[in-house]
Amino acid sequence: MGKSDSNFKAMVGTLLVITIISGALLGAINNLTLEPKAQAKMAQKIKALKLVLPEFDNNPVDEVKMVTLLGTTDSTEIFPALKNGVQVGAAVVGSSEKGFSGTIKIMVGFNADGTIKNIAVLEQKETPGLGTKIKDEKFLQQFRTRNPSEMKLKVTKDGGEVDALTGATITTRAFCEATQNAWDAFENNRKTLATQKN
Amino acid sequence: MAKTLSPKENFYKGILKENPVFVMLLGMCPTLGVTSSATNGFGMGVATLFVLLMSNIAVSLVKTRIPDKVRIPAFIIIIASFVTVVEMLLEAYVPFLYEQLGIFIPLIVVNCIILGRAEAFASKNNLKDSVLDALGMGLGFVMSLTLLGSVREILGNGSIFDWKFVPENANTFILFILPPGAFIVLAYLSALFNKFMIKTK
Repeated sequence: MGKSDSNFKAMVGTLLVITIISGALLGAINNLTLEPKAQAKMAQKIKALKLVLPEFDNNPVDEVKMVTLLGTTDSTEIFPALKNGVQVGAAVVGSSEKGFSGTIKIMVGFNADGTIKNIAVLEQKETPGLGTKIKDEKFLQQFRTRNPSEMKLKVTKDGGEVDALTGATITTRAFCEATQNAWDAFENNRKTLATQKN
Repeated sequence: MAKTLSPKENFYKGILKENPVFVMLLGMCPTLGVTSSATNGFGMGVATLFVLLMSNIAVSLVKTRIPDKVRIPAFIIIIASFVTVVEMLLEAYVPFLYEQLGIFIPLIVVNCIILGRAEAFASKNNLKDSVLDALGMGLGFVMSLTLLGSVREILGNGSIFDWKFVPENANTFILFILPPGAFIVLAYLSALFNKFMIKTK
């Protein structure tokens, strides 16, 4: 086998050539996947919006508003939903870092009167089979049609009204916190959202 | 490593005799980390198979041009490039899997199976043998991970490939979904696999 010499010039030259080729390849693929990547992200967002919002005819993604959360420097997104120019609700992204393994990000859809329409989980790294049940119908059911201002968003163990998932109390707590965050952001910006259109 | 293997043996050795997971116990990080469900195990296996195949092809093509002293950095660049390609493709076209596998995709770079095959096999053999080797090893990895994931999912969640066969409220062995379950299942499967292999020889 004709192995190349291990002299300095050959070594530097080889590595240079390899890195240039791999750099070019990565750049090309990156350009190629830029569009589908953005589309995939957008599709996921729209899917979540459709799931949590009452029927709407505007494009909430275009009208998204960034608001700062109460008492923090974090900001979150509010997607207003309009039908025939009338505000019918809004979807708010809420998150909590207190999940069992990292951040839980959810999208909470509110009707115009503040009751929860539906909740979609956007991001979670919880234990499969335990914490991941926050996506299940049975768990989400207890939030629907409830108004967070009249509901204690806490696990029953902590004196609230939310039934914790078996073996995933921490996850449930984080989920409640995320929902609370979303509600706070919605409540604080309700007026501005409603008047903004006129 | 055996000197001369027929193409067929070259292919099958990765699946049975030198199965990367159950016999050689290589690539334990993704093996234990992502196999909490059959789908995850399968996805990870396929991603690894792709990287392994591409890197074996590339390494066996350029092997004579790479000076001996820089061969490891050169292999790592080749492998890392393909892993990044896989990551971008997954994010663009299979976002659901991309989210599930998360941090384990970039970690394919340091999966010792891939560098091991590049160094021990592709850098010494021709293209055809390297492709066969990669396919065999890769499929062995896919099958092992899928098997491991299936067992853990069945015991721990009462489902397979997300298809649930126990009632919604049934108690399952959650232990098997959690990290310790990975070790337990791996140990039993590995023991069974080796026993079975010795018998059939």
